[in-house]
Amino acid sequence: MSLLELDGITKSFGAIHALQGVSLSVAPGEAVGLMGDNGAGKSTLMKIIAGNFPPTSGQIRIEGRQVQFHKPIDARQSGIEIVYQDLALCDNLTAAANVFLGRELKKSFGPIRYLDYKAMYKRAAELFAELKSETRPRDLVKQMSGGQRQAVAIARTRLSDPKLVLMDEPTAAISVRQVAEVLNLIQRLKDTGHAVILVSHRMPDVFDVCDRVAVLRRGTKVADKRIDQTTPEEVTGLITGAIASA
Amino acid sequence: MSETTSQDLRTRPGRGPMGHAEIDESITTRTETSGLQAIIRTQPFWVLMAIIVIGLVMSFVSDVFLTERNFFNTTRNFAFFGIMALGMSAVICTAGIDLSVGSLMGLAGIVTGLVMQAGYGIVPGFLACMGVAALVGLINGVLIAYLRMAPFVVTLGMLAMARSVSMVISNNKMIYDFGPDTDLYLWLGGESVLGVPNPVWVLIVLTAVFWWVWRYSTWGRWVIAIGGNAKAARLSGIPVERIIVSVYVLSAMMAGLAAFLLVGWFGSVTNALGEGYELNVIAASVIGGANLMGGVVYALGAPIGAALMELIRNSLLLAGIDALWQQFFVGLFLIIAVLLEQIRNRGRSE
Repeated sequence: MSLLELDGITKSFGAIHALQGVSLSVAPGEAVGLMGDNGAGKSTLMKIIAGNFPPTSGQIRIEGRQVQFHKPIDARQSGIEIVYQDLALCDNLTAAANVFLGRELKKSFGPIRYLDYKAMYKRAAELFAELKSETRPRDLVKQMSGGQRQAVAIARTRLSDPKLVLMDEPTAAISVRQVAEVLNLIQRLKDTGHAVILVSHRMPDVFDVCDRVAVLRRGTKVADKRIDQTTPEEVTGLITGAIASA
Repeated sequence: MSETTSQDLRTRPGRGPMGHAEIDESITTRTETSGLQAIIRTQPFWVLMAIIVIGLVMSFVSDVFLTERNFFNTTRNFAFFGIMALGMSAVICTAGIDLSVGSLMGLAGIVTGLVMQAGYGIVPGFLACMGVAALVGLINGVLIAYLRMAPFVVTLGMLAMARSVSMVISNNKMIYDFGPDTDLYLWLGGESVLGVPNPVWVLIVLTAVFWWVWRYSTWGRWVIAIGGNAKAARLSGIPVERIIVSVYVLSAMMAGLAAFLLVGWFGSVTNALGEGYELNVIAASVIGGANLMGGVVYALGAPIGAALMELIRNSLLLAGIDALWQQFFVGLFLIIAVLLEQIRNRGRSE
């Protein structure tokens, strides 16, 4: 059974039809690359899955159960974690504070509950170590490099055990070495049965870790193929419209 | 920044590359700075240093400065501003501003006076005072958080409205009769325990509470997160609107509490109570390290900022300089404090 099923999703902003009947399914442990040119509807589709706004029509099903997201928190509660392109971090807080933002660990002293710094630093350090990232839990995010910030954003998705991790251009602004690390992480997510949707402009990344690639063009899905049955050239053609559909 | 960057770690000359385990170990155990270094970097620390320097100079300039009496008066005078600055700092931390606190003092003071004058006693008087403050804060907060109005405009409007309401309900008359609990009330605002004025005790306790809140409570963490990046906070599931409302309610209640104590000290209240105080409170908060761009707050900053302002006033007075210069120096310190903070930040981020 599919983990996530999108069925005939459309989204209109007034006269603009950003998505026109897109269907997509993702199985557990599967990584799907979502590609398309600017304005193809990738971000709109992402935002619908993330619960930023509801679709105009169409259904979202998670493990066969129909869901409706009104707020990002609804999506998170259904087991969808998102790594945003602008990373959505608070620069004035530490790495650990960002990882645990909104889900702080607490200790109790009688009726008083207070932040458990020690546990949060420890858990954050473990998460960064898993990512092989040189990120220190106590550092302020404002002093970090692009790669370290990425690690913070990815580490926070690992806090809960999500069913699906949605990544918006996770390798756009980081060093070559960090790209390899992020791709390794995606591989590890897959190995542990998590599904991944990877939105990326970087063809090599998609061909490296994804099992399938879906191509959007002008609001419709023009291809949905297994990676081993396509080539970067074909995908490029599909994105630009040189190849109508496949 | 620490001297050793991660770059140096990997390619330390002469030692060969580090193993992964070694890197991991180094990464997870290292901290950016020690506790002391972190304190030295904060604005309240430098303002405290300025206070000590001015204090040292003044102890030579004036015989009166170090007397118990002067200390007693000075601390009590800034206690009211310090209490309000604690609340204001929370508002400023969310990148907001609360201009209504001065007028609110007038309103809360008059309400307290009216309730107690009618013979209801000090507890109903206090509850009415805090209730009306909370209500004003709630209106501010709802307009700002849910209707997305600019904090400056909302609280400027409230500044005018609260003052006007206090004039109407006081019928423009002074209140100096506080009913059966008059003595207790005057003791609360005007007397001291163990040689420390009661308002100063309130400031000390509240500062300790706020210190804890900013460091250890989820609410405090969320307020700071909202000031840093409200969008990220919202995406993390933090109830941003509710937190912002709570911050304005808090600021208003701190103003209400200050008004309650101030009226007890004065022994009378007019509807002009707290006129112009909002600017002093904002100045105290900013001198104490609050950043108007949001995301920065220090519990100790509020009393330290308020203390510096009162110290300037007191020093000028004792040094025989015309009191008319007072606002000039307060303004000067405000600008210098913000300038220094900016210079230090620039050095850090580049």
